[in-house]
Amino acid sequence: MAETVADEDLKQTPLHDLHVELGARMVPFAGYSMPVQYKAGIMAEHQQTRTKAGLFDVSHMGQALLIGPDHETTARALEALTPSNFVELGHGRQRYTVLLNDEGGIIDDLMVTRPLSEDEDGKLMLVVNASRKDVDYAHLRERLPDNVTLEVIEDRALIAVQGPEAVAAVAAHAPQAADLGFMAAAPMEFDGIDCHVARAGYTGEDGVEMSVPAGAAEAIARALLADDRVEPIGLGARDSLRMEAGLCLYGHDIDEMTSPVEGAITFCMQKRRREEGGFPGAERIQGELENGPGRIRVGLRLDGKAPAREGAEIAQPGGPVIGIVTSGGFAPTVGAPIAMGYVPSEHSEIGTPLELIVRGKRLPATVADMPFVPNRYYRKPKA
Amino acid sequence: MTTYYSKDHEWIAVDGDTATIGITSYAQEQLGDVVYVELPEAGKALSQGDEAAVVESVKAASEVYAPIDGEVVEANNALVDEPAKVNEDPEGAAWFIKMTVGNSDQLSDLMDEAAYKAYVETL
Repeated sequence: MAETVADEDLKQTPLHDLHVELGARMVPFAGYSMPVQYKAGIMAEHQQTRTKAGLFDVSHMGQALLIGPDHETTARALEALTPSNFVELGHGRQRYTVLLNDEGGIIDDLMVTRPLSEDEDGKLMLVVNASRKDVDYAHLRERLPDNVTLEVIEDRALIAVQGPEAVAAVAAHAPQAADLGFMAAAPMEFDGIDCHVARAGYTGEDGVEMSVPAGAAEAIARALLADDRVEPIGLGARDSLRMEAGLCLYGHDIDEMTSPVEGAITFCMQKRRREEGGFPGAERIQGELENGPGRIRVGLRLDGKAPAREGAEIAQPGGPVIGIVTSGGFAPTVGAPIAMGYVPSEHSEIGTPLELIVRGKRLPATVADMPFVPNRYYRKPKA
Repeated sequence: MTTYYSKDHEWIAVDGDTATIGITSYAQEQLGDVVYVELPEAGKALSQGDEAAVVESVKAASEVYAPIDGEVVEANNALVDEPAKVNEDPEGAAWFIKMTVGNSDQLSDLMDEAAYKAYVETL
């Protein structure tokens, strides 16, 4: 339980004092002191998010703007570094993408939003992983053309509210939140405070992520926590929730060696980009799209109760080691251990029996479809 | 019966030549919700410091070490079906194993309740 970073070297988010007041256990994470759990514990916090609503402080994540002379210029600049389509991204729409290195490996995964207002054309808003901020910003500054600049936002916090009752709880203070479709975003007032709200998240549930002024973050969090439907949720449950949703954690399930095809996140690559290429590592990635990747990330369900965690080897039944677990643990909603990891493509079909080696024992497991728990993202009713 | 404590947060209750071993309340609190327990078979010989059992929470896996030498007499297999008992009653019903006291001299390596309490205060 030794902490490798002295507490005084850790950064704090604007909600730090509130976490401590709420009885959070604080741990070092990506250079920040962050709540891993509150008094309720990971299991209860996980169930709270699946059944009602959870509030997550994700202010450690990096918020930044790309600013260019017009939408097309900024979008093309980002397209040169990612395999996604931003030229045709609509106003007030959000998209998941990856920054690629020249070998087609993933530097980071991130969310990109085009502002709702035409007055802001030429801007794209980015949210990047806390652990990759410095790497991402250096890469962007090095690769962006002279007429597109990166502006890092330091004076805003990021609060996620997730769960079937999350949007109703937010809409009590920011009514426009209820009108957003999935992966849509808009500026709006929360009790008179200027916020930017996106209907997205990292749990598989409906919900929002709100970029708020740092100085107002605590007031906003307190207003939401005063609602009986909302409880604070730590990083522990954030991890079990995202695993059940089949979502990648950077540095574990994807990294600079893995391509988006190997990582099974090709949904971030729209048709035009797949065909045209023109992104770093296009040769490798287009080749993998055409011929299939050598290895691919799969979901794994274990037959028994023992969890298999990151680093456990994956083997053919009674046979050789063929892969490695990149995330794994007990899945509270599934009620059983789950994992994800990389295997050669020929062993990746759903239902393939495999073994996960934990403490020298071979635990039977099966390649499983992801998400492990059905997504409940909001779909706007058709008019 | 005397209860001793280890720096790894095991308790060991010695009654004659038999010892009952579990994890402390502090340990279960640090672990959080326990979801899996793996126990040794009766008859297994353990040396001081050997991995005696495994306890896993949602977050992480931890080992339970043998605080002394001895042979496993009985494992509390009820924990396998109800691992959450470790959170509910860690120093009572949720004992892990009973073992023989192979070398009673080793008990002097352990702390008494007051010393353990003081040790936890320093963490």
